[in-house]
Amino acid sequence: MVKFGSEEWGKQFCQKLNESEAYNKAAETWEGDFVFVMEFEDGTKEVRLYVDLWHGKCRGTAIVGSDKEAEFIMSGSYSNWVKVAKKELDPIQGLMTGKFKLEGDMAKIMRATKAAVELVNCVTEVENVEF
Amino acid sequence: MWYWNAPKLVFGDGAVDYLEQIKGTKAFIVTDEVMEKLGFVEIVSKKLSKSKIEVKVFNEVEPDPSVQTVKKGGEICSEYKPDIIIGLGGGSAMDSAKAIDFIYEQPDMKLEDLSPFVSFKLHQKCKLIQIPTTSGTGAEVTWAVVLTDVKERRKLLLASREIIADVAIIDPIFPAKMPPSLTASTGIDALTHAIEGYVSIWRNIYSDAMCIKATQLVFENLEKAVKNGSDMVARENMHNAATIAGLGFGNSQAGIAHSMGHSVGAVFHKPHGFCVGVALPYIMEYEILAADEPKKMFAELGRQALAIEEKDDLKASKILVKKVRELLKATGAPLSYREMEISSEDFEKNFDLVVANADMDSCTSTTRPMPSKEDFQKLFKAAFDGKALTL
Ligand SMILES: [Zn+2]
Repeated sequence: MVKFGSEEWGKQFCQKLNESEAYNKAAETWEGDFVFVMEFEDGTKEVRLYVDLWHGKCRGTAIVGSDKEAEFIMSGSYSNWVKVAKKELDPIQGLMTGKFKLEGDMAKIMRATKAAVELVNCVTEVENVEF
Repeated sequence: MWYWNAPKLVFGDGAVDYLEQIKGTKAFIVTDEVMEKLGFVEIVSKKLSKSKIEVKVFNEVEPDPSVQTVKKGGEICSEYKPDIIIGLGGGSAMDSAKAIDFIYEQPDMKLEDLSPFVSFKLHQKCKLIQIPTTSGTGAEVTWAVVLTDVKERRKLLLASREIIADVAIIDPIFPAKMPPSLTASTGIDALTHAIEGYVSIWRNIYSDAMCIKATQLVFENLEKAVKNGSDMVARENMHNAATIAGLGFGNSQAGIAHSMGHSVGAVFHKPHGFCVGVALPYIMEYEILAADEPKKMFAELGRQALAIEEKDDLKASKILVKKVRELLKATGAPLSYREMEISSEDFEKNFDLVVANADMDSCTSTTRPMPSKEDFQKLFKAAFDGKALTL
C-alpha cells in the first residue's frame, strides 16, 4: 500500500506519467512545473507535492515546503483530492466550482486542457493507494 | 456540484422595448457597421433615449473579432465610463462586448486572464445587455468569449461565469431580415450546440432539457426560415432555439465539432456555423464508432427530440446522423470543407496546424472518448472530402 500524497505516491504517479503514451503525446509541448497542495480539513497542516513536468515527461516529484516556487500551484482539500484520485470529481469542474484553486498563467493552462485530462488519468492509475 | 447560469431573458415580439424601462446614464454599444446600416443601432439608441440614457457606439467589430479590436474597444469604453454595455449583433459583437466589459472592469488584468478558474468582481461598474441579431451563436447567454489571435492564426478561448450578460433581449425583429445563407449557417451552429451540449461530459439534467428542446425546434423550423425568410413563426422559433441551445451547451460544453470548426475558422476565415456544421455528422460517426456511451446518448436525443422510434441504439443514432445530413442539405449548408471553397492545396498546406489547434482546443478535453491527434487527422480528411466514416 502507498499513502496517497506521500513521497512514494509521488514517485509512482511520476512513473505512470512517463509510461502513459496518451500523456506523453498530449503534453509533448508542455513546459511547466506544479505544486499540488493538499489541505487538511482542520487547516493545521498541508502536503505540498512538487511535480516537474517537461515535454510530456515527469522529471521528478518531491514533498516540498511552502517556500518552493513553481509555475502553477493548485490547491484543494485533502478529501477533494481523494475524490479526484477515485474518479469521483473532475478536477477541472472542481476548479470551476471553487473546490480547487489554481495560481499561474491561465492562458497557458487553457491551451493544455487535454494534457490536464491525461495527467489526471495518471493520478487515478496509481495502484494500491491508501487514503 | 455544478452551476447552471442564465441571464434574465426578455423575449418575443417587442422585447427590445425593455430598453425603454431600464435605469442608467450612459450606454456603450458594441456592434459592427452592418448593424448600423440595417438601422438596428438606431432602433436601440432611440429606445435608450426614451430612458434618458446617453449612447456611444463602437462599430468596429469584424467577423472573427481580433484581440486587437477588443483592446481598442476596451480603451474607448474605459474612457467613456458607461454604466451599461450593450452587445448588438451576432456572436462576434456579443463576445466582443463581454471582452470589452472585462477590460473596462478589470483594468489591471490581462485579457488572457479571463479564466473560469479565477474569481473576479465583474458587473460592478456596469450592466451587460446582449441583443442577438442572428439566431445561432447563443453568445447572449453563454459565458465564453471566442476571439481570434491573428498572429498565431488560432482561436483564443476565454471564459468566466462572471462575464455572462445580466439581460438578453431575444426579439425576432432583428433576425427577420437575415439572408438565407446566414440563416442557415447560424441555425446550423445552434443545432451543433444542441447536439454537442447533449453529449458533453459536463451534461446535466438542466442542460439536457435545453438541448432536447433546441434540437427539436431547429429541425422543425430551420428549413422553413431559410426557404421563406418572411415566415415569422419559424424565425421566432429559431431565435428562441438558438438561445435555448446556448443555455444548454453553455452550461455543459461544446464538443469536437467546435474544436474542428474553431480551427478551420481561424485559418480559412469561413462562417463559424458552417465550419462546425460540416464537422458535426463526422464527429457523431466517430463517437458512435468509438464508444457505447455516445451511441446511447445520440439515440436518446433522437428519440426525445425527433420522435425516432427505433429501439436499437446503433440504428437510432445512425438515423439521427442521417437526419442531420438531410437538414444540412435542405438548408443549402456545405457537407464538406471542400464545398466551402477551400482548395486541396490550401488545406494540405495548413493541415498540421489545423489538426494541432483542434487537438489543443478546450472543447476536445470535454469530449469522450477524447480523440487523439491521429483521430483528428482522420476526421479532417473525411470532413474535407465529404466521405462519411463507415458505421
Ligand atoms: Zn458554435
